[in-house]
Amino acid sequence: MTQAEIKLCSLLLQEHFGEIVDKVGAHILQTGSQPLRLISNDTGTPLDQVKKALCVLIQHNLVSYQLSKRGFVEYEAHHDRVLRILRYPHYIYTAKTLYGDTGELIVEELLLNGKMTMSTAVKKVADRLTETMEADGKAMDYGEVSSTFVRLVDTHFIYRCPAPLEPPEGAAAPAPVAPLLLTSEKDMYTVPKLSMIGKGKRRRSSDDDDDDDASEQQTKRQKKEADSKETLPDDGIYWQVNTERFHQHFRDQAVISAIANKMDQISSEIVRTMLRMSEVTTSSNAAHTQPLSSNEIFRSLPTGYNISKQVLDQYLSLLADDPLEFVGRSGDSGGGMFVINLHKALATLASATLESVVQERFGSRCARIFRLILRKRHLEQKQVEDFAMVPAKEAKDMLYKLLSENLVTLQEIPKTPDHAPSRTFYLYAVNILSSSRLLLQRCYKTVANLIERRLFETKENKRLLEKSQRIEAIIASMQATGAEEAQLQEIEEMITAPERQQLEALKRNVNRIDASENQVDETIFILESYISTSTKP
Amino acid sequence: MSATSKGRGRAAFTFDIQAIGFSRGDALPESVSQPSPVFPNTDYKPVPLKIGDDEDYMLALKQELRGTMKRMPYFIAAEGEIQAIEKYSFKYKTERDKKLVTEWIPDWRRLPREMKPRKKKKLKVVKQKKTNIPAARSNVDVLKKIEELEKKGDAEKSDEETEEKEKKEDEEEAEEEADAYDEEEQEEENDYISSYFEDGDEFGEGSDDNMDEATY
Repeated sequence: MTQAEIKLCSLLLQEHFGEIVDKVGAHILQTGSQPLRLISNDTGTPLDQVKKALCVLIQHNLVSYQLSKRGFVEYEAHHDRVLRILRYPHYIYTAKTLYGDTGELIVEELLLNGKMTMSTAVKKVADRLTETMEADGKAMDYGEVSSTFVRLVDTHFIYRCPAPLEPPEGAAAPAPVAPLLLTSEKDMYTVPKLSMIGKGKRRRSSDDDDDDDASEQQTKRQKKEADSKETLPDDGIYWQVNTERFHQHFRDQAVISAIANKMDQISSEIVRTMLRMSEVTTSSNAAHTQPLSSNEIFRSLPTGYNISKQVLDQYLSLLADDPLEFVGRSGDSGGGMFVINLHKALATLASATLESVVQERFGSRCARIFRLILRKRHLEQKQVEDFAMVPAKEAKDMLYKLLSENLVTLQEIPKTPDHAPSRTFYLYAVNILSSSRLLLQRCYKTVANLIERRLFETKENKRLLEKSQRIEAIIASMQATGAEEAQLQEIEEMITAPERQQLEALKRNVNRIDASENQVDETIFILESYISTSTKP
Repeated sequence: MSATSKGRGRAAFTFDIQAIGFSRGDALPESVSQPSPVFPNTDYKPVPLKIGDDEDYMLALKQELRGTMKRMPYFIAAEGEIQAIEKYSFKYKTERDKKLVTEWIPDWRRLPREMKPRKKKKLKVVKQKKTNIPAARSNVDVLKKIEELEKKGDAEKSDEETEEKEKKEDEEEAEEEADAYDEEEQEEENDYISSYFEDGDEFGEGSDDNMDEATY
């Protein structure tokens, strides 16, 4: 793990879980797995705080624990999962587009809480939805929410957390030092039978609220005291968001939109159909989808598109002949068998990302040289100058610039064993994998810088922000009591015009930084998935 | 090497300098001996960000998520944050924070045993006092004292025996726990989580240290 990654992880932890969790988390990230006492010692944090921080990290699936051979428990942080925090908005948004508001809230609650039991998640979501439906006085039914939950599980967007190994009943053996968490493949996507009847409750007043909380606490305590008397049928069965499945969805969307941009809407629709058909049969890290015959594809095409079989066959052969090689022909039976080359597609997307980065940073001429080397694989300096049709001096300049940025590599091939420069070939090449890694690290650094900048901006204007919040609160409370328009105006004027301008500028800047963070993450996603597919055997 | 005999400067290269783009008579660029600037000039302006409904919604989601996370019980703020001016509203804020903290009770079945705040230590402190006081007063009972001293001396001799002794202690403790069970239950009813923060303070006392080392 690199410094850039650790820095970004630390910033993300600090922003979402506070300083202490950040301190503990960053320490385990840096040092690898560690026992409790050592963490407390090395970070100089009191033991109870370390425990609390570890509880939070484990709850959010960012840290796992393991019993070491010598009998103590070691805690290990997963930097890849910490970095996923950056992608939470994307997951939530995807859930919204696929399963509506209910799906959005379910995924959001799961992400906010790390893991939850189905009953608590359904209740919480139903309550939240009911609150938004205040106007029409309706309430959200638990059954409706839980059916969405089941659909999310069926499509593998949510899966069951590994459960602790149950001690054999009746055995008087002492509880183990650390529970062993096991995933059973069979149960991973099975939903416990729950009969959830009822409707979401609305919070009416603060008194009511307190009662609710108190009763909730009481039920929790009861549950804790007497495990045999379980208050909820699905107690102990926790669910978490399956990021891999979301990534598969993102990848499919990226492939579809790439096809739509390169060719046209209809071919992207065909590819979409193919991907949907193989969604369940293909594992998320397979190199290509299961072969599909053109007849099968024809039958599964959405009815809205009036594509005849003949047109479909033409499109398929066009897609298969395309130099992008997103779609490959794997056989001729059944009217032609077709696969989607997922790894190839990711590699193409990654190299396209690299090309556009070179273009935007170094200009179109540099990008031309870069693409040229990418296509011809190895070129001598003289050949680059000739093929790129750029004046020799400029071409050299650009080539060296790319070389010094490590986007282009140089390979020496000596003709004689003495490595004399005059008798050596110098071949320029592009290594997509290592350049992608370089770019990925730079992306992590970029996001870390963006977060730092955002924190700086908000810190600079802290006083102003507090003031505006206070004034907003006063106005809200006065409106509630029915104050006059003139009074409201008067209070509003407590923020002067320059202050208002400053606030607006701050808001604009923060928005822009946040949007950039989201969009850099899209690049990070493409590069990460390409690197992970090309390094795995 | 022949290069040194040719003199200094450009002639020191063993290859034709024109191959890398310097014509005859050009000055070589000066060698750089300092880090590149923190904010280098960019030749090209960055591309504007994507704008659209999707992006706007994700932006809103991101900011909302960040705000909500800060109000979740998982957010542990540093305690050292002392405000320059104590505000009246601060009192309410801390109250609200307390309420939030009590909302989350981790599922101890899924966590290592050492994560769970233990009550034992509290009891042990009480126990120590109990044993100490009679020891101090038992001047009259010489026999007992001698016995105790003997025990102590034995314990120091070998580690094995200390372990044994600790086992005994544990047993005693277990017994005592059974006695003090009602007391503990009462405590739990009052406020479970408040004790969560307390046990750490006692960490570092001599007797505790001994115990912990034995378990490792």
